[in-house]
Amino acid sequence: MKRFLRFLAAINFTIFSATSAPASEVTVMHGWPAQQGAAFEKIVRAFMHEHPGVEVIVEVVGRDRPAFLATRLAAGNPPDLTPHPWLGRQTEWAQNNQIVCLDGLVDPSELLDALRPFGYVDGKLYGLFVFPNIKSLVWYNKGQFARKRYRPPVSWDAMIALSDKIVADGGTPWAIGLESGAASGWPGSDWIEDIMLRAAGPQLYDKWVQHEIPWTHPSVRRAFQYFGQIVLNPDYVFGGPTGALTTNFGDSPSALFTQPPRALMHRQATFIQGFIRTQNRGLVAGKDYDIFPFPPIDPSAVEPVPILVGGDVVNCFARRPEVIEFAKFLISKEAQEIWIKELGELSSNKRTNPALFTNPVTRKAWDILSDATISRYDASDMMPGAVGTGSFWSGVLDFVSGIPLNRVLEKIEESAQDAYSSN
Amino acid sequence: MIHTQRWIVWLFVGPAVFLILFFLTYPTLMTIVRSFYGKGTQIFGSTATLVGLSNWKFVFTNPTMLAALRNNALWTIVFTICTVTCGLLLAVLLDRVRYEKVVKSIIFIPAAISMVGAAVIWKFVYAYRPVDLPQIGVVNALMVACGKEPVGWLIERPWINNLALIVVGIWIWTGFCMVIFSAAYKSIPEDIIEAARTDGANEWQIFGKITLPLMTPTIAVVTTTMIVQVLKIFDIVFVMTHGAYDTEVIASRMYKEMFSFYNYGRASAIAVVLLFLIAPVMIFNIRRFTRQEEKCA
Repeated sequence: MKRFLRFLAAINFTIFSATSAPASEVTVMHGWPAQQGAAFEKIVRAFMHEHPGVEVIVEVVGRDRPAFLATRLAAGNPPDLTPHPWLGRQTEWAQNNQIVCLDGLVDPSELLDALRPFGYVDGKLYGLFVFPNIKSLVWYNKGQFARKRYRPPVSWDAMIALSDKIVADGGTPWAIGLESGAASGWPGSDWIEDIMLRAAGPQLYDKWVQHEIPWTHPSVRRAFQYFGQIVLNPDYVFGGPTGALTTNFGDSPSALFTQPPRALMHRQATFIQGFIRTQNRGLVAGKDYDIFPFPPIDPSAVEPVPILVGGDVVNCFARRPEVIEFAKFLISKEAQEIWIKELGELSSNKRTNPALFTNPVTRKAWDILSDATISRYDASDMMPGAVGTGSFWSGVLDFVSGIPLNRVLEKIEESAQDAYSSN
Repeated sequence: MIHTQRWIVWLFVGPAVFLILFFLTYPTLMTIVRSFYGKGTQIFGSTATLVGLSNWKFVFTNPTMLAALRNNALWTIVFTICTVTCGLLLAVLLDRVRYEKVVKSIIFIPAAISMVGAAVIWKFVYAYRPVDLPQIGVVNALMVACGKEPVGWLIERPWINNLALIVVGIWIWTGFCMVIFSAAYKSIPEDIIEAARTDGANEWQIFGKITLPLMTPTIAVVTTTMIVQVLKIFDIVFVMTHGAYDTEVIASRMYKEMFSFYNYGRASAIAVVLLFLIAPVMIFNIRRFTRQEEKCA
């Protein structure tokens, strides 16, 4: 009986203590897979350690997060904040007053110059850039390059000349993988964005994103043609166009590290290093593989070469001080350094200690990112969904599978005219 | 007295009526109304404005939608004919073999696998890898073993990839058809068939003049069930190609318009089209069912 009473008291105590603890909760929703998720958990724990009164509840939505979030928003029940890569949504939410304007609440001056602008909508700060990726990189098999005396090309023409040389030497220059389940086609859209940014320049790039120039515009057509020069050439791409269409983006770079290598170059963002390392154990960064910046195309274009970036912005759906505090923490040196220590990825904070990038390839990427003055965000993530994640991606797949370019562009243009209109 | 009866009637019918009104009638009407409104995720209000028939125009003129309608037609014809025919043949033929139970169990297994699971399995079956690499997909491994080039089964448009997807559907549903047909076949009285045999009918005549007519009601039910299933086809396409390379079907387009492009108006219009396509088949099924009930009573 006594024992039972003690048991009851214990229950009472837990209930009591649970209700009496400072009940400030912050809910955050993310969609990262296990490894990044674990790193984020560490950031969350560090925050809760510094703010004992706040409990951060992490919600992981791995699949169909846009649909899930849209439903929650429509129901008036969004998480307090969420990091996400959909800049187009940020604009929409800001214009509908669904996210908090952070002007005066958060000081973004520690964010890298190349990344800070992406948090602004109509001149006001809404988003904080975290966990960036540089997309304008070509990964290559350094050992093979050294043996064959190939040098990383510094212009598009040199890159094509190198590709021809590799073919003449009996090799295959490129590994391209466009398959990505529901998002198939996106690696190709990255190629076209990078080319567009270089061949047409940042101003036309912005106009293209805003649909101020049509998809049938010569500059867009030229970007597709440049991409086609590589992807449609069966000698250039391992497996030819069909191989590119059926190979998963994550498996694709492994073709660089087979014995003998089946391809030598792979254009992809910094995140791909994780895939390369887990699928090909024992590779030494900077010795077996390395990166070079995706080269400039228009030789007459002004220096410096712009970079294409991806990554997440954090938007707050609630204005409570603990939510803002957590958002601030996410862009802090401390939180960003946890991320890079755990994952070997890049940081968005200027004050990051460069010595933390122990991997020479990541260090090289960090130098490119922190030195960059002209940057643009992934266009497909800024366009309306029906174009950016719809007709653009399927257009890339159509193009690579052999549909004439005119038809591909007209089809995208038709969907764009419809998607950019207000109704 | 009458009063009490009415009260009791409502007590019994009320919950059912309420559930149907709230969960079926109301959403259906709202979907029809919403199909005349523009894009956005709100049902009505600031971001959704009346746009008249433009969503409907989209459904019947947009090239991707037309491809989806065409593919649904292809699915309906090929899938329904194959599942019903194969199911019927298997039911009749397997009735004559000793290992009937084993074979029928094996053929029925796919019906127990989820559609998404089956789609993932078949994605591997159709897997394509460049010529230099060992093929991991069964079909392409066979192609290479026969000295042929591997084929991108899910990419070759417009026939190969759509038919490759339809084969998955047939693989899943044939077992189901077979089991129903088998039950109907076994319930045909043995003496009729015996009598026909005594009168000198051969097996083809028995099948054509006795078995088939007696199984007609079952065939009608199975066929209409298959048509309803196939009109709603979504999972296989969504998992295996996501509607790329001209494999889009009505339901996958509806999902995209709703959850990827946030165009609730258009998604609603597509949903209503699907409803109108399925409704006649359902009505036919119900009519047939009630007629049979009357006959029995």
